[in-house]
Amino acid sequence: MNKIKKRYWKGIEEFTNDPEFVKHADKEFPEYLPVGNDEGGSSRRDFLKLMGFGVAAASLAACEAPVRKAIPYLNKPDTVDPGIPNYYASTYLQGGDYCSIVVKTREGRPIKIEGNKLSKVTMGGTSAEVQASVLTLYDKERLDGPRKEGNAISWDDLDKEITEQLVSVLSVGGQIRIITNTMLSPATLRIFEDFKEKYPGTNVVTYDPASSAGMLQANEANFGMRVLPSYDFSNAMTIVSLSADFLGTWISPTEFTKLYNKTRKINSKNNKMSRHYQFESNLSLTGANADYRSPVKPSDEGDVVIGLYNLIASKAGESTISGGKSDFRYLKKAANDLWSNKVKSLVVSGSNDPAVQTIVNGINSMLGNYGSTISFNRHANFRQGDDRAMNGFIDDVKGGKIDAVIFYNCNPVYNHPRGAELSEALKGARITVTTSDRMDETASSVTYVAPDHHFLESWNDAEPKKGYFSLSQPTISPLFNSRQAQESFMAWAGNEGNYFNYLKEFWRINMYKESAAFGFQYFWDKSLQDGIYESENVEENSEPPQNIDAQAAAATVAQNYKGDNGLELVLYYKVAIGDGTQANNPWLQEMPDTITKAVWDNYVTISQSDARELGITSELGFTNMVNLTIDGRTAKLPVIIQPGQAKGTLGLALGYGRTKAGKVADGVGFDATPWIKSLNDNAYYAVTSGVQLEVTGEMYQVAQTQTHETFMGRDNVLQEATLKEYQKNPSAGRWHPRITTWMNEEKSLTPGEVTLWKGHKYPDHHWGLMIDLNSCTGCSACTIACQAENNVPVVGREEVVNRREMHWIRIDRYYSSDASLDNLSGLEVASENPEITFQPLMCQHCNNAPCETVCPVAATTHSSEGLNMMTYNRCIGTRYCANNCPYKVRRFNWFKYHDNKQFDKNLSMNNDLGKMVLNPDVTVRSRGVMEKCTLCVQRIQAGKLAAKIEHRTTTDDDIDTACASACPADALVFGDMNNPESNISKMLKIKEYEGDGTIHKTMEEERAFTMLEDVGTRPNVTYLTKIRNKDREESNA
Amino acid sequence: MEVVSSIRTPLVTGGKSVADVSDDICKQVEGAPSRSWLLAITVSSAFLLVGLYAVLVLLWEGIGVWGLNKTVGWAWDITNFVWWVGIGHAGTLISAILLLFRQKWRMGINRAAEAMTIFAVICAAMFPMFHMGRLWVGFYWALPLPNTFGSLWVNFNSPLLWDVFAISTYFAVSLLFWYIGLIPDFATIRDRAKNQVSKAIYGALSLGWMGGAKNWERYESVSLILAGLATPLVLSVHTIVSMDFATSVIPGWHSTIFPPYFVSGAIFSGFAMVLTLLIVTRRVFHLEDYITVHHIELMNIIIIITGSIVGVAYITEFFIAWYSQVPAEQYAFINRATGPYWWAYWTMMTCNLLSPQLFWIKKIRTNIAATLIMSIIINIGMWFERFVIIVTSLHRDYIPSSWVMFYPTRYDVGVFMFSFGFFFTAFLLFTKFFPVVNMAEVKSIIKGYSEKEK
Repeated sequence: MNKIKKRYWKGIEEFTNDPEFVKHADKEFPEYLPVGNDEGGSSRRDFLKLMGFGVAAASLAACEAPVRKAIPYLNKPDTVDPGIPNYYASTYLQGGDYCSIVVKTREGRPIKIEGNKLSKVTMGGTSAEVQASVLTLYDKERLDGPRKEGNAISWDDLDKEITEQLVSVLSVGGQIRIITNTMLSPATLRIFEDFKEKYPGTNVVTYDPASSAGMLQANEANFGMRVLPSYDFSNAMTIVSLSADFLGTWISPTEFTKLYNKTRKINSKNNKMSRHYQFESNLSLTGANADYRSPVKPSDEGDVVIGLYNLIASKAGESTISGGKSDFRYLKKAANDLWSNKVKSLVVSGSNDPAVQTIVNGINSMLGNYGSTISFNRHANFRQGDDRAMNGFIDDVKGGKIDAVIFYNCNPVYNHPRGAELSEALKGARITVTTSDRMDETASSVTYVAPDHHFLESWNDAEPKKGYFSLSQPTISPLFNSRQAQESFMAWAGNEGNYFNYLKEFWRINMYKESAAFGFQYFWDKSLQDGIYESENVEENSEPPQNIDAQAAAATVAQNYKGDNGLELVLYYKVAIGDGTQANNPWLQEMPDTITKAVWDNYVTISQSDARELGITSELGFTNMVNLTIDGRTAKLPVIIQPGQAKGTLGLALGYGRTKAGKVADGVGFDATPWIKSLNDNAYYAVTSGVQLEVTGEMYQVAQTQTHETFMGRDNVLQEATLKEYQKNPSAGRWHPRITTWMNEEKSLTPGEVTLWKGHKYPDHHWGLMIDLNSCTGCSACTIACQAENNVPVVGREEVVNRREMHWIRIDRYYSSDASLDNLSGLEVASENPEITFQPLMCQHCNNAPCETVCPVAATTHSSEGLNMMTYNRCIGTRYCANNCPYKVRRFNWFKYHDNKQFDKNLSMNNDLGKMVLNPDVTVRSRGVMEKCTLCVQRIQAGKLAAKIEHRTTTDDDIDTACASACPADALVFGDMNNPESNISKMLKIKEYEGDGTIHKTMEEERAFTMLEDVGTRPNVTYLTKIRNKDREESNA
Repeated sequence: MEVVSSIRTPLVTGGKSVADVSDDICKQVEGAPSRSWLLAITVSSAFLLVGLYAVLVLLWEGIGVWGLNKTVGWAWDITNFVWWVGIGHAGTLISAILLLFRQKWRMGINRAAEAMTIFAVICAAMFPMFHMGRLWVGFYWALPLPNTFGSLWVNFNSPLLWDVFAISTYFAVSLLFWYIGLIPDFATIRDRAKNQVSKAIYGALSLGWMGGAKNWERYESVSLILAGLATPLVLSVHTIVSMDFATSVIPGWHSTIFPPYFVSGAIFSGFAMVLTLLIVTRRVFHLEDYITVHHIELMNIIIIITGSIVGVAYITEFFIAWYSQVPAEQYAFINRATGPYWWAYWTMMTCNLLSPQLFWIKKIRTNIAATLIMSIIINIGMWFERFVIIVTSLHRDYIPSSWVMFYPTRYDVGVFMFSFGFFFTAFLLFTKFFPVVNMAEVKSIIKGYSEKEK
């Protein structure tokens, strides 16, 4: 046998058993094939993949795809890039309410309003109304074109008919009136002048729902200037407010909040703060922030102001005036403080009575505040309304003396106390026109409606204060067939051209100085880009010549301020709804009232002792309704028992009970406007006699987002101290829980150190938020800013009653209690006149987050940058996370809030127009998932990308959360706690130390505390203690 | 062979013979349904249908139809869940633990108790399903299934996930145990069946049981193995359910005492439910000789023991709250007893701690009517115990601004009704079509003629 089998070699390599060859011997192609490498070509697998995809794609394409209403740009505008926002500076104008803003637009849609930091007036602050105004733009109830007697008409016909009739009025020498709220626009004023030139019988009548006419009259008499001064709260160390809600609704609250808070920020370098006294009947937002608050009845207002005058006068060596009392609580103390802070003090009064304002002027004059904290050289234009002129106008219309009336963006039929009379009388005028944006109460009483653009669609300018100008520019092309009201006036006056050219020309003539470099176009572009133009040549603040006759004023006061010892009603405006102009805005209707935390209603507020005496009970949120009768008009109204309400007084908000504002506002609350009284011919927002109150057995529940009023003395929730305590010990009021473990009984640890968890590593960023409880005034601008930014739904009254509001950031308002700490049921009851603390609360982004561990599907997780993240897509809705959240900040989608008729008041999600306001960077959450504050993760991402493109790390300027940027008090500070240069790191004095393999941070700022420190959640949101400028013995009074 | 003393009380009375056992039990299955049975099933299916409406509305509209809110995220849903799981403990305890302890008295009652367990566990499992915001994805996302979402896995830290495992394991083992026990009895029915349909169905159900020695040997081994498996489950299921609360940070939930406290509470309520059902069944089906007063007395003794353990736990919680000096914890307990839900707390205390103490009196614990009433009181009390733990802890926890009240809606009641409707309908179907007493085992404790009359 031949044992050696013959072998054939394929090549010499096989024979030599070359290792390289052996490696590839069993391959189909032993040699290296350039398949699937980087050089191109495709492998068999790639081919199959592509073919598979191709087949799938082809078959999918063959199926009918749903038609989505997305229209691509045929010619893409240069400045619009999908996914990239554009920002335009503009101006919010609503009557005399002013805010310089920056509008964020996405794909041509304005979706968010930010404050304009360049403005010296509002300084980047915003208010809830400003934040919400972007939703009003997309209100379906706005008119889609001009109307005649409620029927559609073309602009040409409208102009023709109106012009004809105006000319015929002119030909008989008839009287024409233009009615407006305070108008800040100088160019529009000029247009009115042009109109007057054409129609000489024209007069412009200005009125304001929240009138300051009395102050204008007093200033005219005392200083020869019918203007409001500018108040510099930042320079006042003692502030006394006589029922002026300057942080909430009085004149220019955003500006005042900014300035006021400059004196309330304290730290180790600056441990002084202003002291604020408030004398008022209702508990206002301002009163809630006061260090000393003294409830007084409106009928005592005269005595208070004269009492204060006399106290100061006797110190100043001036002659005292007759009347007045000085035994009001804290009045002497206030006088002492004012006197010791002469020149650096401020007395303001919300009264609309020229006599009271004259006495207040006298007090400020004795204190030397003119030229210091009060200035007339930069006087404010925010209120120009003249109540007497308006009353004269209504009398004239009734008397048939007026032939034509044009209402410019005002609604006196609703918001003037004589609205019903006016509505009736208007039938007698030959021609009535309004520029209302909707068929509101006034529009329904006139013949022609020439709807104006929303301010976000308009060109305009404003002069909020002398020498401070700002511009509005359109951020979207008009949604409806509306027309800029100025152009309407131009058309009716027979002037050609459009308002934009007119405005530009007006600015060339009036604002632009020929001498300026770069020419007018540069000046215009710069002003438009900045949104503002501030002229430099304004004289120094100086004391104006004065002529104050306090004694005469005291005599009128003595006559007028007498109650009948019965209940007195004080009418007030709410921070969100204001005079009701934006009442059809569901964000504002559902914004918890800053004090009562009530939504979707107005109601009578009554003091605890009055409620007890009258037998008004409140059981589980249900309170007796009352029949309130004034001037023979009876209304059945709900009641809220209000701590801090002056005994013997009732409060009731204006701005409600709209009948023709739209489906959101109509029928919400009660219209108390007809109860606005008249005093010295000016609107008087109180009823001091003839108030009858009858308690009914009917119980009603006002929807409130917070029903428990006190913080139960819990140190882990709130920490506060008085200024003196703070000055002695910067960590006064701080609560330091310590835990001793069995491992080391000698040394106690902080709760954060006792943990099962290993901690997190934050190699890049570590986001944090700091909230200064001393700065937060509770204005709730943040709540609405968050709602706009994060597509937070509105749920309606019923669902708030069911305790299911969706706000991601809420402001907890706590009253103090008189009870001792071991009296738990006593602690539930607020003091009659409590101390108040506001505490903004949103997701605390805990480092040891209780929500993260309990989610069965890991839908909520921790990011590598310290955020607690929520993955909506993964959430199955067990609500375990919300239960286990000790801060109760998680919000569940109980129903489908979008595209659901049941929630049709949630305008931003239930019609195509409203949906335009949605932020495309934030998911609209579906039914059944949990949601919560993300610290505006979309803004963080955008900021990081912007920095990355520039190859640098982020700074404070790149990223700010919606709440922090909206805050007029700068109470919220967002930033990167890993970056030692960030504001938050500096303010909290963050120090890092290493342990357990991770970096730990400690905050060396003595006021800094985290909520519920004892639970060991280690939040990334830090609070600074509340400091009250009170003397110790009274701190618990 | 175990010898039973002749002076012991016989477990089966009335001098029944082995044939009597087959006749007595099978006649329910073989005969036409009784009038009372028809009436009962009409009522229970009416409950089921009305409840079904509530369930459909819940699934269609969303969890908002319940009375839950931003602060109280669980209320009746998880209360019902824990309550039903608790009830579902008795069956396995009776069959498994008592089997291991060779307690022969269990034989008369274990079948019905096990059936009750199965149905109660199904009722319990409904609630974690219904309470999910997005049931349509939640029902499978909560399982650790391989998926195409990336490396997306369930969160093994979450006690809810442990619940998924605990409940499904418990259900699987209980079902298996129950079914294995049924096999010889199905064979008996098959053998006696006169029509072809019954023969075919019971034949299939009996899985070819021949009654041979090998069959019996395997039957015994499997029973023992399953009993061994089921015993730790009796303890583990409610331990894990209690961890839903115990591992949280909420005062009133965050408590290490929960596992033993919950387990004894579960046995307590489970025995009460078994008694409720058996007392009715024995009366309706004339099974007084198989389910005797002796059985009832023994079960009542277990109720005293477990009820007292639960009572000690209630008091311990209060002591620890005081002893811990944690204000939030202290407040949670003061709020339970004196807050707005005080009535729920005192209902619980009265029903669970005070009323079972009456069973120390022999006259009461051997009285059928008293036992029936007491068993219902106990189950009301145990429902309130879960309500108190869940709702009164949540409604006022750390942050006073978020304190709320919870009020149930008709859909809370409706879905609870659905579970009742299901439970009783299923139980009635079981009593009609399945042998309600384990014939094979009971026959083993029948005294033969030789033992009698001695």
